[in-house]
Amino acid sequence: MATEVLMPALSPTMEEGTLAKWLVKEGDKVKSGQIIAEIETDKATMEFEAVDEGVVGKLLIAEGTAGVKVNTPIAVMVEEGESFSDAAPAAVAVSRAEVRPTVVAAVAAAPAPIAAPVAKAGWPHSDLPEGPTKTMTVREALREAMAEEMRADPTVFLMGEEVGEYQGAYKISQGLLDEFGPRRVVDTPITEMGFAGIGVGASWGGLKPIVEFMTFNFSMQAIDHVLNSAAKTLYMSGGQMGSPMVFRGPNGAAARVGAQHSQDYSAWYAAIPGLRVCIPYSAADAKGLLKSAIRDPNPVIFLENEIMYGRSFEVPVDPDFVVPFGKASVMREGSDVTIVSFGIGVAHSLAAAEELAKDGISAEVINLRTLRPIDYDTVLASVMKTNRCVTVEEGFPVGSIGDHIASTIMQRAFDYLDAPVITCTGKDVPMPYAANLEKFALITPAEVVTAVKSVCYR
Amino acid sequence: MAKKPDARPNVSKEELLKYYREMLLIRRFEEKAGQLYGMGLIGGFCHLYIGQEAVVVGLEAATKEGDKRVTSYRDHGHMLACGMDPKGVMAELTGRIGGYSKGKGGSMHMFSKEKHFYGGHGIVGAQVPLGAGLAFADKYLGNDNVTFTYFGDGAANQGQVYETYNMAELWQLPVIFVIENNGYAMGTSVKRSTKSTTYFGRGLAYGIPGEQVDGMDVLAVKAAGEKAIAHCRAGNGPYILEMMTYRYRGHSMSDPAKYRTREEVEKIKTEKDCIEHVRDLLTQGGLASDEELKAIDKDIKAIVNESAEFAKESPEPDLSELWTDIYA
Repeated sequence: MATEVLMPALSPTMEEGTLAKWLVKEGDKVKSGQIIAEIETDKATMEFEAVDEGVVGKLLIAEGTAGVKVNTPIAVMVEEGESFSDAAPAAVAVSRAEVRPTVVAAVAAAPAPIAAPVAKAGWPHSDLPEGPTKTMTVREALREAMAEEMRADPTVFLMGEEVGEYQGAYKISQGLLDEFGPRRVVDTPITEMGFAGIGVGASWGGLKPIVEFMTFNFSMQAIDHVLNSAAKTLYMSGGQMGSPMVFRGPNGAAARVGAQHSQDYSAWYAAIPGLRVCIPYSAADAKGLLKSAIRDPNPVIFLENEIMYGRSFEVPVDPDFVVPFGKASVMREGSDVTIVSFGIGVAHSLAAAEELAKDGISAEVINLRTLRPIDYDTVLASVMKTNRCVTVEEGFPVGSIGDHIASTIMQRAFDYLDAPVITCTGKDVPMPYAANLEKFALITPAEVVTAVKSVCYR
Repeated sequence: MAKKPDARPNVSKEELLKYYREMLLIRRFEEKAGQLYGMGLIGGFCHLYIGQEAVVVGLEAATKEGDKRVTSYRDHGHMLACGMDPKGVMAELTGRIGGYSKGKGGSMHMFSKEKHFYGGHGIVGAQVPLGAGLAFADKYLGNDNVTFTYFGDGAANQGQVYETYNMAELWQLPVIFVIENNGYAMGTSVKRSTKSTTYFGRGLAYGIPGEQVDGMDVLAVKAAGEKAIAHCRAGNGPYILEMMTYRYRGHSMSDPAKYRTREEVEKIKTEKDCIEHVRDLLTQGGLASDEELKAIDKDIKAIVNESAEFAKESPEPDLSELWTDIYA
């Protein structure tokens, strides 16, 4: 009986990958556990093992093929003595081969070209500067921002778990160890409180640390140093000494990683005076904001998103391109309603705006980009034009950024409102694991569409 | 508590007079702060250093320019010992614009970049990784400075201390961890906090050498400091000094100190007082006359009174200061 071998999912967020290399050929006998292929994700090259014994009947996908969707049949295994043509297609059974996640191969010296889908939401930034651009992923943009700033300023260094030899848990720091060495790309033990405190102390000692949290969920271990040591020292010292540093890493839900690894901390950190809070949407945001953050003399919380890492956008080629803090980006102009969002919420908002356009509703989409400071002027000017507002974010509803925006609009533009502001957020529950429940817990474009129609009385 | 040192150590009159003067300044300053607190001129939390003066004075005597220090909320003594102006410290206690933090930090939050004093931290144990971070910066920058990271026996049980030990030894950071063991974490005695009461030995699991020192003997403290500094400056990584000391006053101003007996306190004051110890060395050794010491007492009193007057007269910060120094 023939068995199909399917393209495996090798990370929580992987949707497709590259079949980099076949290590077997048709007719080869394969043992259980034998490595049969190398598969490249946007993070790493992984070795792929056969589950069952058998003979390689047919390789369905040629090596070097990019963009192979998860669960696509990539090969057919047959039993010994059987040939591929003997196997009746109806009898093909499915075998999800196993992966050895401990074996990470081919972490190249130079950042390898990364296969990633170009973002479907392809609206251009209205405020990208004049000049040539290049297409790059959010991941590449973050890496390039760090590398450029480290080249420019010898006091900038990166520390965190797996940032060096492992090349970054999410491959943001890939290649940096090779270029800058272990003095400036510092692997830490898994001790967030300790290394966050060491980072803050180093910032007082004349350095500009970039502290990577593998995810912001783990920053809870270190939040005392972020708030009490980093954010407040400039004030407590009467302006004598501050903490010029960046805390960065992925924030919010990834995919199916459960309650402890899926939380949006935007509103938490945005509540703290003394911190700057950046939350990029596009690769241009990511690069421009991270360069600003590294240069800024204050402690900056830099909230990335794992799902966005592999998405591609146009980024200015100009090495001096930076995105200033407190300057929102109008991603799409509209006249009927203002949708205010940030981070991955912008993707949902743009998708909703596209849907709404089909119904003749013209939505303006604002990407806040920084939550501390917030560009109130851009939001208020837009609301005064459209007279309606919906906010979109992934975080919990109580004490959300949307609440703050809604209250600001109420206080400063009440007479312009034709409807109450609706705040679209994640649901008020810990993140569930079950796929259907997780989907239900997260904010979706469909919910944004419903909210917009509601404020438009449609 | 270790035994009394030899009556005649090999130390000059000038050196002893310097220690006497510096320890007396801290004690009189703290007594004055206590008075001002009672008068309502100082508010909030105020943790006095009385009794522990030999620790900072002895260690400061071993430092060089460029060395750094960071400590907890019981920080007035550390600031005076590293040469910060008593007027600026006292005015911070009264919350005035002439204070080191313009009145915005208070007793627990003062800093001086000029004197390499990095606070003044109110979260127990937080200063430990911060101090290691300062040492990280010095190693990164390639100089030979060391950082003194002070914390108490209470903080010594915090998890982040051990995270820091691990990284400090792993990265061979030039940091000296100074545990000021005064026997009580607020009201909880060492015996009621841990079965592992030899704090200096807790670094051994990470490969960090440590030793216990009579923290009431300024000469023993200085000698231990020199040894630790030599270890650090030579690039051998961190070192732990456990200073056996005692605080005469309560944990803070509002502490009735019911957790220990009056006799216990009196016994230490009579037998182990760090200032009396140096005074005895000076007088019994015939190195200084009562008149000389009285002149110093008078001088110190004048400095402290001057700081108190400054702290009363310095204006409160302008209301506009509320909104400054949040961002650089």
